[in-house]
Amino acid sequence: MNFRGLFYLGSRYLTRHKARTLILVSAFTLVWLLPSLIAMVVGQVETRIRARAGETPFLLGKNGSALELVFNGLYFTKPEIQVLAFREVQAIQEGELATAIPLYSRFSAGKNRIVGTSIDYFLFRELEIESGRQLLRLGECIVGAKVAEENGIVVGDSVISSPETLFDLGGVYPLKMKVVGILGSSGTPDDTAVFVDVKTCWIIEGLGHGHDEADKLDPDKLLTTDAESGVIRVNASVVEYNEITGANVANFHFHGDTGDHPVTAAILIPHGTKEQALLKGAVAADKSLQMVSPTEEMDELFATVFSVQRVVLWILFAVGIATILIGILVFLLSNRLRKDEFRQLGMLGADLSTMRALVVYEAVFVILVSLLVSGVLLYLCSLVTPGVVRTVLAG
Amino acid sequence: MITCRHLKFAYPGERFALEIDALEIKKGEKVALVGASGCGKTTLFNLISGILIPESGDLEVFGATPSALSVSERQQFRIRTIGMVPQNFELLDYLTIRENIELPFQITSVLPDSSGIAARCEELAERSGITGQLNKFPHELSQGERQRAAICRGLIASPALILADEPTGNLDPGNQDKLVSLLLEEADRLGSTLFMITHEPELVPRFDRCIDLLKLRGEAGV
Repeated sequence: MNFRGLFYLGSRYLTRHKARTLILVSAFTLVWLLPSLIAMVVGQVETRIRARAGETPFLLGKNGSALELVFNGLYFTKPEIQVLAFREVQAIQEGELATAIPLYSRFSAGKNRIVGTSIDYFLFRELEIESGRQLLRLGECIVGAKVAEENGIVVGDSVISSPETLFDLGGVYPLKMKVVGILGSSGTPDDTAVFVDVKTCWIIEGLGHGHDEADKLDPDKLLTTDAESGVIRVNASVVEYNEITGANVANFHFHGDTGDHPVTAAILIPHGTKEQALLKGAVAADKSLQMVSPTEEMDELFATVFSVQRVVLWILFAVGIATILIGILVFLLSNRLRKDEFRQLGMLGADLSTMRALVVYEAVFVILVSLLVSGVLLYLCSLVTPGVVRTVLAG
Repeated sequence: MITCRHLKFAYPGERFALEIDALEIKKGEKVALVGASGCGKTTLFNLISGILIPESGDLEVFGATPSALSVSERQQFRIRTIGMVPQNFELLDYLTIRENIELPFQITSVLPDSSGIAARCEELAERSGITGQLNKFPHELSQGERQRAAICRGLIASPALILADEPTGNLDPGNQDKLVSLLLEEADRLGSTLFMITHEPELVPRFDRCIDLLKLRGEAGV
């Protein structure tokens, strides 16, 4: 049999046993595709995660899980982490060793995290306000691009914070916040966040509130008046404002020292190498605080991810070998079933070696087509996965 | 022509042995081969076509001695000289009837230029009454149609010798008759020698001669 004959018979056998050929090609395609796809996706996830980590020099937080602090500071997850006093952040800012940007990402508006921060955050992350303006006063918010897109929010609309527990009447009250700006898409978790001034978060938490002036209230609403201190106690019938407007903003106030109020983390940007060293020393001296490098934490995280990936790849390798062996078995069994066909071909003039070549041709065809298909699929995946990874990581 | 002298063949490890003292079939002769099952009819065909090699004796087929040829020479000789028509059609299920008929030209470069093969295929199909079935697959045809297709394949290379191994075995009497007519006509037209195994006594008179293999083997048979 010549090559023409091989091609003639081989291609007809494969095309007219479509189901068998399709199953074999699919199985081999998965064998080639899956390891490459996993490596590609992990690589892209790593690149994006590392990029955000790499852009954030240090995070300050309460002593505890460094990784949770990184996730809270970079991705606004882990809202339950221990808080630190705002005073600690102020102290670093005033010490002139670093710029300190407070972050209080504990509350939510629906499925979106409310992030209390300062204007420095937008400058630091180079976030552009696509429409509207910057935060100017309490009760205002700027929403991420995805929040606006998914909820159809435009400047002038309102966002309401979610109560922490439905039946906790003494707990966090919902606060209606006016949307004054919408961020451009950055493909980061900032797209899914609602940004407010950190003080607005404290109001959501009930550490500050607004109501009618006590000395102008109906006497029925007053409980006691301390003439010496001037403290007026009012009863529960006094309604607190659930929205901060131009008319009532002056009636909002915080009880106690705002330095005691909480934040979940702070981004620290040392002014130089020396300042960085001094800052590390200062933070290390305070056993209740930790200053972590997100890049180092991500290195540790990815060391774990890669060891898991190696295990997964080994499993896939084993599955791949099993698939190849099953494929060989399928060819061998198929050849046993085709014994009569080969005998007939031999009777017509084909010799044994060319009949073996026919089997090899079919196997090589299946392998080459599966390689080609997996290559095409991998290329298509490489076009789609950056967007998917970006969307998934954005929230 | 085919000539055998003191031909002897035995399968290794088996008691069966085929011994033929003398056999001669002339060019263009139509010969029926009869004999009880297992007496060695197919074995004789395999010896003539060079698929099996005799232990001893002389066998000459159209001027060639198969036992003196190498494996590839025997294949080339078989492709050029012999048209095989098997009992069970043995058409490849993944080829159309047309592709099955043209198969000898596709799997070997021994046969001469195949440029006129399509026309030859259609001509054979027309004479066999399966023109409308050429683009169908074997499972779509009746038994008789499949056997005609197998005959067309055996004749496609215009062989000097047609070896038909009980081609009517799976057919009803009406189809048997038509099929033998087809084989005889085609052998006549090509001037080929037809050597056909059959178990149907009523078909035998249509041949020039009938050979009973049991009688031919004489006392040597098992």
